Formats: sequence, C-alpha cells, structure tokens
Amino acid sequence: MQTKRTIFRNLWLPYLLVAPQLAITLIFFLWPAGQAVWQSFLREDAFGLKTTFIGLGNYERLLDNPEYLNSLKVTAVFSISTATLAIVLALVLALAVDRMLRSARVYTTLLVWPYAVAPAIAGVLWWFIFNPTIGILPYLLDRVGYDWNHSLIKRDAMILVIIAAAWKQVSYNFLFFVAGLQAIPASMREAAAIDGAGPFKRFWSITLPLLSPTTFFLLVVNVVYTMFDTFPVIDAVTSGGPAQATNILVYKVYRDGFVGLNLGSSAAQSVILMAIVISLTVIQFRYIERRVTY
Amino acid sequence: MVENQRWLNILAHLVLIAGVLVVAFPVYIAFIASTHEPSAFVSGVVPLLPGSNAANSYADVLTGGVSSQMSVPISLMLKNSMIMALSIAIGKIVISILSAFAIVYFRFPFRQAAFWMIFITLMLPVEVRIVPTFQVISNLGMLNSYAGLSIPLIASATATFLFRQVFLTIPDELMEAARIDGAGPLKFFKDILLPLSRTNIAALFVILFIYGWNQYIWPILVTTDDKYQTIVAGIKRMADVVDSEPLWNYIMATSVLAMLPPVVVVIMMQRLFVKGLVETEK
Amino acid sequence: MAGITLENVGKTYAGDVAAVADVNLEINDGEFVVLVGPSGCGKSTLLRMVAGLETITEGRVTIGARVVNNLEPADRDIAMVFQNYALYPHMTVRQNLSYGLKNRRMPRDEITRRVDEAAGILEIGEYLDRKPRALSGGQRQRVAMGRAIVREPAAFLFDEPLSNLDAKLRVSMRGEIRSLQKRLGTTSVYVTHDQLEAMTLADRLVVLRGGRIEQIGAPIEVYRRPVSTFVAGFIGSPAMNLLPGTLQGGQLHVGGQSFAVEVAGNEKVEVGIRPEDLRPAKSGEPGLAVSLAYVEALGAQQLGHFRVDGHPLVAAFPPDQLVHDRMSLAFDRTILHLFSAETGKRLN
Repeated sequence: MQTKRTIFRNLWLPYLLVAPQLAITLIFFLWPAGQAVWQSFLREDAFGLKTTFIGLGNYERLLDNPEYLNSLKVTAVFSISTATLAIVLALVLALAVDRMLRSARVYTTLLVWPYAVAPAIAGVLWWFIFNPTIGILPYLLDRVGYDWNHSLIKRDAMILVIIAAAWKQVSYNFLFFVAGLQAIPASMREAAAIDGAGPFKRFWSITLPLLSPTTFFLLVVNVVYTMFDTFPVIDAVTSGGPAQATNILVYKVYRDGFVGLNLGSSAAQSVILMAIVISLTVIQFRYIERRVTY
Repeated sequence: MVENQRWLNILAHLVLIAGVLVVAFPVYIAFIASTHEPSAFVSGVVPLLPGSNAANSYADVLTGGVSSQMSVPISLMLKNSMIMALSIAIGKIVISILSAFAIVYFRFPFRQAAFWMIFITLMLPVEVRIVPTFQVISNLGMLNSYAGLSIPLIASATATFLFRQVFLTIPDELMEAARIDGAGPLKFFKDILLPLSRTNIAALFVILFIYGWNQYIWPILVTTDDKYQTIVAGIKRMADVVDSEPLWNYIMATSVLAMLPPVVVVIMMQRLFVKGLVETEK
Repeated sequence: MAGITLENVGKTYAGDVAAVADVNLEINDGEFVVLVGPSGCGKSTLLRMVAGLETITEGRVTIGARVVNNLEPADRDIAMVFQNYALYPHMTVRQNLSYGLKNRRMPRDEITRRVDEAAGILEIGEYLDRKPRALSGGQRQRVAMGRAIVREPAAFLFDEPLSNLDAKLRVSMRGEIRSLQKRLGTTSVYVTHDQLEAMTLADRLVVLRGGRIEQIGAPIEVYRRPVSTFVAGFIGSPAMNLLPGTLQGGQLHVGGQSFAVEVAGNEKVEVGIRPEDLRPAKSGEPGLAVSLAYVEALGAQQLGHFRVDGHPLVAAFPPDQLVHDRMSLAFDRTILHLFSAETGKRLN
C-alpha cells in the first residue's frame, strides 16, 4: 500500500492518530456485526429466557418463509423501478441542461437542492400530496376515474414509495450525468455532425455509449440507495404496508428486530443484507478500478 | 454546441421547466399548507394558494404551542438536529483526517490491518446492523444523549479514503522540505497539510452536514426522551396520530423548517457541494 | 561552515537491494562537489542520506565534527533545494523563506533581516508577498534557493535543482548558482544527471555507477583521464568514441593501423578517441578509413557521423571543414584512451 517516500519515524504517534477511528469502528461496527452473525445462529424463546444454538436454522426458516421471499421480491421491484425512474429522468434533464449556455447554472441550482432533503421528509411530503382524503393528486386522479388509496391498494403504495424515493435521487444522478456529459469532448459530437448524424442519432451512437460508465456507476449507487437509504421513506409513508406490499429487506430487519423481537431471524436477515452490501461494494470498486485504467 | 436548432432548444427549456416544477411541487404544496388554518384541511382538497395563517403556524411550532401533538417545541428539535449534524460532520472529518495522516505518513505494524478495518465500515451501513448496534449503545448507557446520537455514526471510510487520496497527491518533497525546516509530524500536519486540504475539508463538511442532519432511524432508536428529539425524526411522531386528523399546517411548517438548513447549505455552497459529492464517490 | 565526510556509506533496502554501497568521500569545507551519473546510479539516494531523508544502513556520515547518522534532517545544519522546488503553496514567498527560521524560534527581527538579505541577493524582493503559484519557474527556483540561504547552513544540498527549467534558463541559473556558492563559500553537494551541468559547476566530480563511486576528480581531470569506459562514455559531449582493438607486445592494432604504445600486455582493448581529437588526415598521413553517414551542423562546429569497420564514429570539425563521403581521419596517438575490453578499466 502506498505511503510517502520518506516517512515520519515515531513509535506511538501513528497509533494515537488512528485510535479514535479504530475504536469507533470496533465498538460500533465490527462488534455489532459480529453479534449479528452470532445471533443469527441462535434462537431465543418467547420470553427471552433461553437461547439455543440452532446453526443455520434461522436461515433455513427465512428461505422457507413466504413473507421473507415476498420481501425479496418487493425489494427487487422497488429498487429496479426507483433506480430506473431516477436515472432516466436525470439523464433527460442533464441532456437538456447540456444544451444551455447561460442558463445552465440557474437550472442546475433549481434541480439539485432535493439532495439536501431528508428521505423521511421527502416521504412525508409525497404522503401528504397523495393523501386519499385531502391530497391534491388523488383528487385529480378521482376526476379521471381512478380511486387512489395507497393505504389499501398494494400497487398504489408501491408507486408512492417509488415516486418519493426517486424524487430525491434525481438530483444526485443529474449532477453526475452533467459531469459525464461535460467530459465528452465537443470534437466527438462535431465529428459525428460532420458525418451527417442528426441530434437523435448522435445521442444514440455517441453520447449514450460514452455515458455508459457513468450510467453503470449510478445504477450501483442507486441500487444501494434504494436498498438501504430509503428506510425512512418506507417508514414515513407506508410502514411496509399494506399487507407487506412495501416491506423491503432493511425495513423487515428493523420490524422483526424491534417490533417483532425476533432477534435470531432479524440477525440472519442482517447477515444476508451485509452479504448484499459487500457484493455491491465489490462491484463498485472493481468498476472504479477499471475506470482508472481507461 | 454543434448547431443551434431552435426547436431543440425550446424543447430543452420546456423539459427543464417541467423538471424544476416537478421537483419544487411537493415543497410548494407543503409551504402552502403551512400557511393555512387547521380547518382548511377538514374537507375537500388541500389549498393551492397561500393562506393567512403562516405567522401563527411557524410561531406555534417553534415555541411548542401545539402541545397536544408535540411535547417539545421545534426550536429545541432544531437545536438538537444542529448539534447532531455538526458533531457528526466535524467528528467524521477529525477522526478521518487523523487516520489518513497516520496511514499515509507513517509506517507502523498493523497499518495494513487498520486500513482494512476502516474499509470494512463501508460495507456495514447502520440500517443493516441496526439491532446489535442498538444493543451496544444501550449497554454502554448512551441512549438519550448527544454522544449516543453522533459518535456511533462518525466512523467514515469514505472520508478517510478521500483524505488519503488528497495526501497522496501532495508532493513528497513538501514533507521533506518541512522536515529540513524543522517541522515534526504534528507541526507539519498543522502548518502544511491542514491548509492544503482546506477546500476538501469544506466540501466534505457540506456533504456530511447534510448526512448528519437527515439521519432518521438512528435518532428514533436512540432517543426516547423528547429532550433529544431531532426534527427529521420528530416529524414522523407528529404525523403518527392515531385517533385524530393530523394537524397538517403544523406538520408542513415543521417539514419546511426541517428542510431549510441543509437546502440553504446546498444552494449557498453549490460549488463545494458538487465537489464534495463527486469526491466522496471516488 | 563545515566539511562532510562519508565513510563506507551504504544503503540496503529490504530484500537486500543495495542502492548505494561502500562510498568513501571527503568533501572539504567550502567545496562544490557534484554527484553525477545516469538515473538509478544512487546519486539522489546518497544525497538524501546526507540530508537525513533516507536512513543510513551502513557506514558513517559526518558533517562538521558531528556524526549525523541518527540526527533528524533539521538537526544536521543543512539546507536542501529540490527538483520541484517544494515551496509551500499556501504560503507567501516571505512565509516560505521564514518557516524554517520560525521553527527554530529565531527572533522576529533576525528573521526579517535574513529574509530581506536573501531576497536582495536573489533579486526576489518584489515577490515577497506573492504565493509561489504566481511566480515563473525561474522565480520559484530563486525562492527555493532563498529558503536554503536564509538558514545559513553548514552545507547546501541540491537535488537536480535545474531539471524543471527550460534550456536557456538552466544555463543562466547554473551560472548564478556557481557565483552564489563562491560568494557565500558554503560547502555544496549537487546531484545531476546532466554531465555538462556537472562539468561546469563542480570543483570536484563524483561519478557514480550502480551505487558505487566510479571516479572522483576535478572535471578536467575526469575528462582527460576517465578511469573506465563507463566514465569515458558519460563525461564529454558528444561521447567518446570507443573502437575495438588488440594489444600485443606493446603494439596496438586498431582500425587497420598498428603502432607502438607504452602499455604492456596482450589482450583485447577498447580504444577511446574523443570526437574533438579527430581531424582529416593530411595526404600520406596514416588514418582511419571512414564512410559518412550524416553531418550535423551546430554552428560553432559540425559533427560528422561516420562508420569505421561497421562501428559508429563521431568527429567534431570546425564549421568550414569539407566533409566527404569517404575520408581518412587522423588522431594524436599520444592522447589515446586505452581500456581493457574485459573489465572496462583504463590501461594507460
């Protein structure tokens, strides 16, 4: 691993410098993670009096549990839809801003601020707009004959959390697409124009392929975002309902652990989630390595 | 610009204006709602034009005049959020810059191990290990304290990597020149490294402040005492009323107040914000 | 003011890689010594060991009366000028110059006096309040020198300080460094891979190869009597021609000629002839039969690139010399350089 050519020689100072970071990592990250792994092999009785070691029992039970399998499916639908929606909208906006000269900065400012809005607040705002009794959108939908009710209809609930989650993520994707577009040399698009390619053809044959590294990167980041950071959206808008329709994996860990007090199962779910994060992180890092060698 | 096609430019403007409107829409609705009397929400649809009750709504939530649904005034929650966000942002920066300094400028046994331990935190977001982490906090007696709110969140692989990257781009000769000039490690850190990382620190601060301010599940778990309630977490409690209609004007006034600090930070420091965002993803 | 002594100095990295081995060198007080050699010869490592930036794994380095092996760089009473100047980018020129003095807790008026004096010497007085970013390459170089001067150290250490400058500026800064060092009389060790820089600056040259000293001597001495084919090829531009020959009972056979030399032994040799020692043979005079490849006209002289028996040969002629496709080139047999073909060592 890289260091400087010359280094400071000091026996205790470096340890002192890394100590705070390592202490926090050990106490609040590694120890709990280890606990989760350990607990995932245990089973507590209903009164929390007796724990028994049951090996992979919790995992087996999970994979047989229709609720968990449903949660997996819900997570996949939610993640993919949110990521796709947020990426496509951001790309369209970034392409539009890329055409602007003087107004680009103003538009950018007006589009990026939702990044700063807490996911929980984003949830509350959309929840209010879609409120079945007084919300403005159900009112409009009612006019065209659609009876919106996300607290009863599974599909409505899913659409609502997707909109709330994507709304916040568009600004992030937008910034990265704008940067990606700026990195495409103007000469390339000019060459294509000289070759007789119109604006749409240029987009498909030049811009989109050159943006593919950015798009792939955003896809991974967005999936991570929807799987973990959207917890507050779910909690504030649907609490996982109706009938488990929006009970994504992270939310289920929390519900089963704190509300259901099923520690073994919750721990097993944590471990599975950790495995998912680790693989996503590895994908992200391999991708970054590749980008560096370009 | 390859060519100037009028209709494409007009289309682009239309797309952007639509985008800006969609993005602003929920916040507009929230702000309008906060300016009305509670009675405006009893029947029909939410109002779309400002009402005349803005001053009352905001004054009430700030001073806690709506005790039926809130046990503490929003001003206290704002203060708690501010303490938490600042502690997290500053804490993360301090411990990360120190460990990056150790990892780059020293060679010591277990350096590699330390690096990997920090790296692992990247793979363990709090949502994933929430139950056992809560047990640790509770065992350490850190529930209902500012320390419990912030310290468990201040380990940061991202910030450590960022500073490591920054330090690696600083020429070796600078440190050698400083050593010849009689600067020890701490003096070099203070006189040379810190000033040279200034903009990186500022950019990172913007991102981390937002991160800290927007924490949701952690404050909900760690604080049962309303004295430590943060505003983002508090909104949910306000909205979760069981047997009566939510007081929409208060909820929305609170939402607007909760959004304000981080949004202002982003808008005022857009350049630093973009820099921070791009750098932390490297 | 102090001399520097290196005794059996060596540097071995983990894994038994010897970067520097067995270096013995005595640098007198006030002397300007240039360490020269191709990249990777260990010259920078050696300098950095004197500076205290690399640990000394073998031997002993003495500055003045003190053995400095275990002293911090700051305690060795040296100042260093780096190739990339290593100016602190966030400090003004004045702050750059005074940083080391402040760390030494020197009184403020003494710092001001020294900085102003150095600024006067280097003519950088008007830039004192600027940041390095706002200076040209040459000005930065002067500031880097200034930072060394204000310390009034026992020795200056230069690590290729002119490499980042353009050719013209390099020549003028070279002159300035030389006259400054003469004026201050400070012991100086200077590292470069540029043999011309080495020749023009040094009181004494130290030619390094593979971490060991190949030759030590005054520049003209090294030029006139290189101890090996390596030094012969490295010092002097264009490089010395080396032609294969045979030595047999006091007779040297080279390029179709044979003549007596004052070297005994029978072996294969490399015959060194400097390009500037070659001239067209007069009619009847014995010479090397060469064929022309091409001519480089440099203005003050011209370089003829020839081949003799398939070996390249360069000759430096006055600009008005007519160069033919086929020529006979004569040389003074008394200034031949003879090297063993086997060891590369000088024989005469």
